[in-house]
Parts: sequence; C-alpha cells; structure tokens
Amino acid sequence: MEIAAAVASGAVAQNARTYHRVTDLRARGEPFTWVLGGALCLGIVMIVGFLLLVLWNGFLTFVPRPVAVVTTTAGKVSAGEVARTDTFRPAPDALAKLAPDAQEKIKKAEGFAGRTLYRIGNFDLYSEDFRWIDDNEIKSTEYPKNIVYVERQEWGPFIGTVKAITLDGKPAEGTDFSAPAVASAYSEALARGKRVREIERDEIGNVNHEVERARLAVRKAELKSGRDSQAYKDAAAHFEQLSVDSRGEYERLTAEVQRLRSINDKFTVTFAEIGGREKTVPMVNIVRAYMPNDLSFAQKVGVYFSRWGEFLISEPREANTEGGVFPAIFGTLAMTLLMVIAVAPFGVMTALYLREYAKQGRLVAFVRISVNNLAGVPSIVYGVFGLGFFAYVIGGSIDQLFYPERLPNPTFGTGGLLWASLTLALLTVPVVIVATEEALAAVPRSMREGSLACGASKWQTIRNIVMPRALPGVMTGIILAMARGAGEVAPLMLVGVVKLAPELPIDGHFPYVHLERSFMHLGFHIFDVGFQSRNSEAGKPMVFVTTVLLITLVAVMNAAAIIIRNRLKRRFVGSQF
Amino acid sequence: MALATATASASTAQPVPQSLHFDDTVVHVKRGTQGVVLDIKNLDLFYGASQALYGVNLTVEQGMVTALIGPSGCGKSTLLRCINRMNDLVDNIKITGSLSLHGENIYARGADVIALRKRMGMVFQKPNPFPMSIFENVVYPLRIDGVRDKNILQETCERALKGSALWNEVKDRLDQNALGMSGGQQQRLCIARAIAADPEVLLMDEPCSALDPIATAKVEELIHQLSGTYTIVIVTHNMQQAARVSDNTAFMYLGRLIEYGDTEVIFQNPLAQRTQDYVTGRFG
Ligand SMILES: Nc1ncnc2c1ncn2[C@@H]1O[C@H](COP(=O)(O)OP(=O)(O)OP(=O)(O)O)[C@@H](O)[C@H]1O
Ligand SMILES: [Mg+2]
Repeated sequence: MEIAAAVASGAVAQNARTYHRVTDLRARGEPFTWVLGGALCLGIVMIVGFLLLVLWNGFLTFVPRPVAVVTTTAGKVSAGEVARTDTFRPAPDALAKLAPDAQEKIKKAEGFAGRTLYRIGNFDLYSEDFRWIDDNEIKSTEYPKNIVYVERQEWGPFIGTVKAITLDGKPAEGTDFSAPAVASAYSEALARGKRVREIERDEIGNVNHEVERARLAVRKAELKSGRDSQAYKDAAAHFEQLSVDSRGEYERLTAEVQRLRSINDKFTVTFAEIGGREKTVPMVNIVRAYMPNDLSFAQKVGVYFSRWGEFLISEPREANTEGGVFPAIFGTLAMTLLMVIAVAPFGVMTALYLREYAKQGRLVAFVRISVNNLAGVPSIVYGVFGLGFFAYVIGGSIDQLFYPERLPNPTFGTGGLLWASLTLALLTVPVVIVATEEALAAVPRSMREGSLACGASKWQTIRNIVMPRALPGVMTGIILAMARGAGEVAPLMLVGVVKLAPELPIDGHFPYVHLERSFMHLGFHIFDVGFQSRNSEAGKPMVFVTTVLLITLVAVMNAAAIIIRNRLKRRFVGSQF
Repeated sequence: MALATATASASTAQPVPQSLHFDDTVVHVKRGTQGVVLDIKNLDLFYGASQALYGVNLTVEQGMVTALIGPSGCGKSTLLRCINRMNDLVDNIKITGSLSLHGENIYARGADVIALRKRMGMVFQKPNPFPMSIFENVVYPLRIDGVRDKNILQETCERALKGSALWNEVKDRLDQNALGMSGGQQQRLCIARAIAADPEVLLMDEPCSALDPIATAKVEELIHQLSGTYTIVIVTHNMQQAARVSDNTAFMYLGRLIEYGDTEVIFQNPLAQRTQDYVTGRFG
C-alpha cells in the first residue's frame, strides 16, 4: 500500500521536473574543475620552473666555456669567460665621454646600455676575479686558440698562454702540454703531491695522535690517582719515551716532505697573462689545464665529467668555492641516517602509546595538539635547544664523566654529528608521530578484533597485526621527516655543522666512528659558498651545483624509502576483493 | 528459580518441549546430555545512552548448536560478542547482568579475558584475514601461544583448512598472502583460523553470508561434524540454514530475546506470535 503510494508520488515528481537537453554547465561543475585545474597548473609551473632553473644552472656550470680576448676602445685587453650579461643606465658624465654613435645607440634604447661580466681569473695578479666591460667600449673580441685555462690549487683559475715548461730544473722543448715527457712529469709530480698529503695528513697525524693519547693517559692517571701514584709515573714515563721516539719519526717524515717538495719545485710551468705578466706555477698545483678555444666535442665532454668527478669525490679548496664537496655529501648522508635511526623508534613508540594505550581524553587531546604545534616552532629554536641541552648539558656531563682528561677542550660538550642528528630528530618527530598515529588509526578494527578473538594479548595484536599493517604509513612519516631534516640548515649551524671539516666522522683511529666530530653539510655549504665567501660571484655556480646535488640526494633517499614502503604496502595492505 | 524448573521439566520429558515464561521470553530448550556451557542472566547492554540488549536470559547447551535469528539490528552480533568479551573494545559501553562459562562469571573482576578468548573461536560477519601468508593466518592462534613445532603447525593448518573446505583450493599456495584471496575464501580462512586452536565454544556471526552454496554446504557439514564435541553459537539470517544446522534457536527482536527453544518448534510451530510472524516472513 505504502509502496504503491511512494511509486505514485515519485511519478508525479518526475513529471514535475523539467528536463534540459544538455545538462546545465553549473550543474556539471565544469567551472570548478577549471579552477582546480588552474590551481594545480600554477603549482606545477612554480615547482617545475624552480627545478629547471636549478638543474639548468647546475648542469651547465661545469661546461668548459670559450675564453674571449676583449680589446676596449681605450686599448685595455682582458681575457675571460663570459659569466653573464646585464643592462644598465650609464651615468650622464660617463655617457658624455662616449663616441657619438654609441651615444646615439644608448639613446635609442631609452638610456640603457649593455655590459658583460667576464671571469678573468688571475686573482693573484689582478686582485679581482671578475670584470664588467661595457658593450660600447669594446673594440674587438677574439677567441685565440692558444689561450689556456688553468685550474690551480691556489688563487683560482689562470687565463693566459703557456710561456715555458721547466722539467727537473731544465727548460723543456716547446710549450705543448700533451707532449709525453710533460704528461709523465705531470703525473709524477701529482703522485709526489699526493704522497706529501698522505704523510702530512695520515702519517704525521698518526704520530700526533699517538703522542696525544699518551698525554691524555698521563692526565687521566693524574686525575684518577694523583701525581704520586705509580700509574701516573708509568704513564708519564711512557709519554716521555713516546715523545722522544716520535720526535725522530716526525723529523724523518718532515724531511721526506721537504725532499718531495723540493723536487716538485723543479717542475714548473710559466704562464703569461694577456697583458704579458708572467707567473710560474709548480706543476703539482695545476688541477686541470685546457685550451678552451681549441677543444673538440669529446674533449669538452671529458673536461665536463672530470669536473663532476672532482666535485663528487674530492675535498673543497679555495674557501669552498672550488674543488669537491665529498665531506659535505658524507656529512649530510650520515646525519640524515642517524636522524632516521633516532626519530623512527622514538616517534613510533610515542604514537603507539598515544593511539593504542593512552585513555583518549582531554589530556591526550592536549598532548596531540601540542605535538602538532611543535612542527610549527622555528627550526632555529630547536638549534638553540640542541646546543643548550644536548651539547652543553648532556655532552658536558659526558665529558665530565668519561673524558675529564681532555678538558677544558670539549669532546661531546660542543656541537657534533650526534647532537645535530638528535636535534633534527627532535625537529622532525612530530611528523613521524602524526603520520604513525594516522596509520594506526587506519588499521581496520576488524583485524584487531580478529587477533584479539584468537586470544592474543593487546601487545601481541599490536606487534603482529597492527604494526605490520601500519608500517607503510609509518614509512610515509619517515620519508617526510627525512625530506625535512635533510634540507634543514639553520639549527645545524648551532649544533655542529662547520664550514670546513676535513676529518670525516669515520676514520682509522679507534673507535673509528666519531659522532662527536663536527661535520660538513650540503645545505650549509650552499649558504656558505653563496653568501659567506670572499668572492660570491665565483661561488654562485657552485651554489647551483650543490643545490642540484642536495636535491638529488634527498630525492634518492626518498625514492629508496618509497620503494620500501610500496613493497610493504603490497605485502600488508593488499586488495580486499 | 524458573530456570531450575525448566531444567527439571526438560530432563523428564525430553522429546516434547515445554514452554515456560521467564520475563517475557518463551523458552522450550532442547536439553543436551552434557549440561550447560554458557549461562547468560539478565544481560543488559548499553552503547552509550542507547540500550541494545534488554534483560537477555539464555543458556547454551554443551555440544549443541544454537542459532541466533532475528531482523537486522536486533542485537544478535552484540549478544554474540558479549560471550567472548569482544565488546570490551567499544568505548562507552555498559554491560550489566552475568554471563558465565561453566559456572564461572566471565565478567567478574579480574577475570582473565585472554584465557577466556583462547577457549573460544570467533568467526566475524565480515572476513578479516591478517596481512600474512595463508599458513600464518591459520596457525596464528598457535603462534601467539608460542608453538614453534613445524609438524604441529602444519598438521593443524591442514586439519583446519580441510575443516573449512578450503584445503583443496590453497594447499599449493599456503605461503601466499591471504589478502590476495577472494572474499569467500577469506571467510573460510577465518573459519579455519577459528577452529585451528580447538576452541570449546565456536562463535559464528553469519559465517556463510559471503559464501557460495557449495562452500556454505561444506561449512554446514563442518558444523555438523563439530557439534557434539564443540558448542557452537551461530548467527544467521538464513532460516533454512538455522533449521538445518541448529538444535536450538533463539529469536531476538529489538534487543529482547522473544523465544528460545527447539529449532523444530521454532520453525514449525512457534509459541510466540512475533516468532511466528518472523519465520513465516510476515515482517522483518
Ligand atoms: N559499536 C556500537 N556503538 C553503538 N551502537 C551500536 C554499536 N554496535 C551496534 N550498535 C547498535 O546496536 C544494535 C544491535 O546491533 P547488532 O550489530 O548487534 O545487530 P545485528 O542483530 O547483528 O544486526 P545484523 O543482522 O544487521 O548484523 C543496533 O541498533 C546498532 O545500531
Ligand atoms: Mg550482526
């Protein structure tokens, strides 16, 4: 009866409804789709634009560029790579001095003139690396084939011509760099240079390390049992003995270094800059030399990749604006991994307690809000906290307890890899907690019930059923934390990142892993090279390259985590049909 | 007092069920020979402010199959979940009355819930396999008891899967993920899991709602096999199934137990008017 009535009224309603042939545009919601699509496009354009800018600049930095020799109307000659061009408005009095046709041209361009920045190198001779030259003043531009571009260990690049080559004190025939005699002399000189570094860094370092250990042992014995004890006397005697022994060793090593250096001093190349001034450079100081205006395509590719290779595996030189960033790559990776090791268990345990064990009430809601708000605290505040709490309080106590002999030099009582990782862990823990909580909440209740109904305890249920199922979500949290942590710089400056740390946190001295050491970080490196260096123009390309590297590193770490997460997802979540 | 009378009269006149009223429930239980396993007295249950069960009194006979029927939302699942204290997980729930297993109140203070649940197996209305291999799913109850012996685990797995009519389909892929199975297979897997640890009482909440007729027949056969040794409480919407597999049937309506007694009587000649209406399909 009722049903019949309902059907009848439905029929009436149908008749009352008006039908359009085409559904109204507003009803279809098309305009909203356009707005949403537009928003998406804008977002994508911004991100892609940024990435393209960074990638474009980053990947072009190492391309060898031709060197132009520019003669101005005033007769001044400069040689350099074009760094960038610019337009500017010349001052009226400068304008007045120009040739009439140039003045005319500037007037046409509404008072604007062009200029070009050349990287002229030869900082030791010119006291400048870059020079602006107005386009109007240029008389001629040439690309002579005999110009060489030399990357040196010191003073940055040299641009000029080869005047003479000296091998073992005697002038060599010709000025050809690729002649076999020169090439082999060069590689021998490099080998000697490498040996010198080995001796200075590792072998003398080892000697010093031994002596330092003996000295610390003396200090320790003194602190522990006093100056009159036998232990102190033994240690002191050992120290004396070692100091004497090491002196001999030290002298032998320095003599060897002297000898190698004096040999290397006899292998030199004399260059002349474009104005004719000469500069003699020991071969060992030449990192790379090529003729930029006379390179075949293959040679260009070779220079390009050899620069990338140097960048990735060697240490920085020239106040970080040249050379490689290997210590920074290592530091970034080590810190991020340590951070994940710290943040994952901590965040997961917190979330487990909050979601599974705590009685859901006002207190828990308050804690949850506080955790979420922590994510909004400026990261520098975490840096201050990390320095005060981790380094000074905890690190200071560790020093008092375990390394009293080294005081007043701090061991753990100052910024270092460990404290930086823990500070970042603290910074990113809200992300992990929130993601984990969400993942736990998403575990179907029926699964928990199934486990409990089998007689599993709550903990067994969490461990066997809930955690595996929530793991992909937890991984998402860790990925986000990692991305945030790897890109963070501000707090690190306070808790252990430094401009230059040649000693890696892992080396051959016991205990091999030195978490207390300060380290380098790609993010800080970008800041340092771009804004803190003597010559920020020279550092600029390095900023882009380092940014490309940092982005790649974060992307690779994230990709690895995402692959793991997808594996877990396939295994634990699956389809329900 | 009324319960005592019921027991006495039932044991004297076994074949002809007698009707008895306590509270409003019509009772004519077919008594088993092994006594009572579960004794539910005056069970009231509140989800927050709304009451889902009203003074339910029910005794479940050992070794017999008891079916719970009634329209959707009448509280069958709720009652079933009280038996293994699954409702403890629900927030804001209040349960009064008593529920005893072999005379032991399972809602007593300090009762060991985990031990209680180990004596019962449960099959849920919706399949809920765990995100692990088929094998691990079946032996999960043994795993959590710390059983490591490969042979025991394998035997148990095979026996349980055969019991739930799944063995032939999955015997070659025991190490595959259970989440990759079809819905019906998943449900049979859950049945296998429920019987793997030899529970005394098997609680089944519409176990066959996702199964095809062949699997349903197998499960019913399993229930037949198990009855006698195990006590089974089964919720079902399928009247024929209730009539086929159960010894006693309880008819619930709006949170109240209307009639509880011999299945044959319930389906052929119910004593309460509501039961009559329901089993003949006049409302529901
Ligand atoms: N967790 C809960 N919170 C609040 N109310 C609930 C909860 N679970 C069930 N209820 C209510 O309790 C009543 C009984 O629900 P129950 O699930 O026991 O019904 P049922 O008889 O199993 O129904 P069906 O045959 O559809 O499964 C329903 O009115 C339902 O809305
Ligand atoms: Mg139900």
